[in-house]
Amino acid sequence: MISPDLSRRYFKAKLFRVFCMSVSWMGVLILGVLLYHVCREGLPWLDMQFLEDFPSRFPKKAGINSALFGTLWLISFTALFSVPIGIGAGVYLEEFETKNAFSRFVDLNISNLAGVPSIVYGMLGMVIFVRFFGLEESVLAGAMTMSLLILPVIIISTREALRAVPGTIRQAAFALGATRWQTVYAHVLPQAFPGILTGIILALSRAIGETAPLIMIGALTYVAFVPEGPMDEFTALPIQIFNWASRPQQEFHELAAAGILVLLAVLLLMNSIAVIIRHRLENKNQ
Amino acid sequence: MNVSTMNANSITDVITEKKEEAKNNVVLEIKDLKIAYSGELAVKGVSLSFLKNEITAIIGPSGCGKSTMLRCLNRMNDFILGCTVEGGVLYHGVDLYGQDVDPVEVRRKIGMVFQKPNPFPKSIFDNVAWGPLINGFKGDIHALVEKSLQSAALWNEVKDRLGNSAMALSGGQQQRLCIARTLAMEPEVILMDEPCSALDPVSTAHIEDLMFELKKDYTLVIVTHNMQQASRASRYTAFMESGNLIEFGETKNIFTNPKEKRTEDYVTGRFG
Amino acid sequence: MQSSELILDKSVISLKGSKRWSEEIIKGILFLCSLLSVLTTFAIVWILVKEAGVFFQEVSAFDFLFGTRWAPLLEPRSFGVLPLVCGTLLIVVGTALFALPVGLATAIYLSEYAPSKLRSILKPLLEVLAGIPTVVYGYFALTFVTPMMRLVSDEVQIFNAASASIVVGIMILPMVASLCDDTLRAVPDSLRQGAYAVGATPLEVNIGVVVPSALSGIMASFVLALSRAIGETMAVTLAAGATPKMTADPFVAIQTMTAYIVQVSLGDAPAGEIGYQTIFAVSALLFVITLCMNIFSSKLLRRFREVYE
Repeated sequence: MISPDLSRRYFKAKLFRVFCMSVSWMGVLILGVLLYHVCREGLPWLDMQFLEDFPSRFPKKAGINSALFGTLWLISFTALFSVPIGIGAGVYLEEFETKNAFSRFVDLNISNLAGVPSIVYGMLGMVIFVRFFGLEESVLAGAMTMSLLILPVIIISTREALRAVPGTIRQAAFALGATRWQTVYAHVLPQAFPGILTGIILALSRAIGETAPLIMIGALTYVAFVPEGPMDEFTALPIQIFNWASRPQQEFHELAAAGILVLLAVLLLMNSIAVIIRHRLENKNQ
Repeated sequence: MNVSTMNANSITDVITEKKEEAKNNVVLEIKDLKIAYSGELAVKGVSLSFLKNEITAIIGPSGCGKSTMLRCLNRMNDFILGCTVEGGVLYHGVDLYGQDVDPVEVRRKIGMVFQKPNPFPKSIFDNVAWGPLINGFKGDIHALVEKSLQSAALWNEVKDRLGNSAMALSGGQQQRLCIARTLAMEPEVILMDEPCSALDPVSTAHIEDLMFELKKDYTLVIVTHNMQQASRASRYTAFMESGNLIEFGETKNIFTNPKEKRTEDYVTGRFG
Repeated sequence: MQSSELILDKSVISLKGSKRWSEEIIKGILFLCSLLSVLTTFAIVWILVKEAGVFFQEVSAFDFLFGTRWAPLLEPRSFGVLPLVCGTLLIVVGTALFALPVGLATAIYLSEYAPSKLRSILKPLLEVLAGIPTVVYGYFALTFVTPMMRLVSDEVQIFNAASASIVVGIMILPMVASLCDDTLRAVPDSLRQGAYAVGATPLEVNIGVVVPSALSGIMASFVLALSRAIGETMAVTLAAGATPKMTADPFVAIQTMTAYIVQVSLGDAPAGEIGYQTIFAVSALLFVITLCMNIFSSKLLRRFREVYE
């Protein structure tokens, strides 16, 4: 005779459910605590003077101007390099290459590269771009290093976006006597673009927040000027935050919090623009 | 058949066929065609001719290889991995699977309409205009678009909204748009792969009427499940089963007085 | 191609198109783009081998891999990397203890229990957590988590492994949850239905049936996330300390492989000098470890996919 002992089992099941649920929301709770802590520490320091001043030994005079502009320069050049190459590689691998040993080798490469720690990329950048190419500790070296770092992310998300475009569109274009590139350029890419854009923004957001590679290529931690050209030395928001956070004084910690707020604001801005653009593009396609 | 070579800039293989010799009116011809998917034969040695300005229907039960064979005629089978083609597919005597033949050129002369309408997610105008434009068309594109839409019996319904998205059209309209798009390329042959199976009866009737008009200027090859459609619309019919051509002849004979028993069984509905 | 007339002159049949140079050029450019990824891998491997080679000319691999004292810059020098590995391991274990169960439970909640509206709120929020830069997590560990821990006990040092573990755990939590969620969803519903049909409760269905059948996929997610934790740099640099030591105590300062590399890069050791070359040896070790983990993870994933796809 089977005795189900249901009430105890139901109780355990309920407990399990509550456990899973609370654990899930714990992540959100932690996010809330983190943001609250950063705001509480950093907001008092966030004012126009903070945005306009350069770092200084004196906390009250310190500002984030050089880091902010350094980040903007860095991201612009990173996008310049990584976006065309990343999309180009994604298009080639998804639309032009057949399934053979070479393409499988490239796939393997890309997924491995996606998992390599960012500090190894920093080391790569240091040896190749800073030393071998002779670019010194410049914005250009930093941008090229970052580009290599986020390239696998862009390639992977581009391929997924291309894969989502239905094959019937390609067939229709081929049946009209179009070449592969004509088909991809006129039909596949436009349809895949919202997905590609999302991938690019994700990749660039990651690049903005990365610190280790920049440290390795020698982005300076005390920079009191704004870069004026791609060969200039620079600093960046995460580096400045790291610098302030590493100091023992409480005030520098609070400055770090203010810097974090600026960094998060930049990220938020970038992602919002992407959401808006994506929304516009998807509405246009209807 | 005279074969002479002509010197032209980038064309090294030109076969000229004298007009008087077109007595046989054969536009497209397949000779002992065998098509295999990864080694498994789907079409097992079919020989057939398609005559100019006539509609030829290919009928047969599901899986008999008719769509596979159709896709061979404009080299759309190239896109299927593991698909091998043996035998001859001759277009005005030129083997489409020959060494120097460019499949892109083939598809400009032999167009295709698919089973499920697949307009581009662009405007109606752009759908029709794109093909000619990428192929170097330099004339009056608006006139060409209008002419194509008229030939596809769609012009009156869309002439005021050429800028609207093609996705907003009904199924039947979309299919006619796909036909217009194919016509804009001014091909010689139009292949249709079950063009009405995704449409309602009214749209189907429209398209069948269209086929009669089209055959005046084009050669049509239609794969269809619908025997009534085949018997209404086509002059010649080929009946295929399990990759083999069972019978080919004038449609009226196939349907009223077939030579083979299998054919008779199929057209009277005993199977399939 | 013909100019204004597209109508075929029926007496001239030419099916050989002119070689489309523009198409070939474009294809070539795109091919070069995809080649860059292969070049990057080769470059990484080549540099690591070459530069670490300089190091290994002076220090034997055995001393490096099995030595227990790491003092490459100060006299008396010693090049045993185990303290750094131990530091990294301590962080990873702490991270695993936190992030793996929590991540899996979150994934179960998302795929099994959460109504779709809640899911559409929760998932993006977790994505935000994943998008926060690592240096922010380091800051959080240093200025919030560690003080909290020190409130509880005086034994906790200012730099310690535990608070770094916790924030790295938070950092990889969304990754674990998302990967496990995909894995669980790939398990066919018919399996769940069958289990419910014999009268099992949701707990029993999930723990007893779904999770075991998704096990290799879940393991793959775990390994991938931990590989990411191993490579994590900024949080551990800020919060875990710069004192390499062999210890199992999570409340004292340690140093990880990644933090060591940062320390040397910020310092003044000249290139070519053995102390400086240590960063390449440590990088090489790091690269090999993460590579092995990633390969292992994809093998597990392939095994999972073979069963269900």
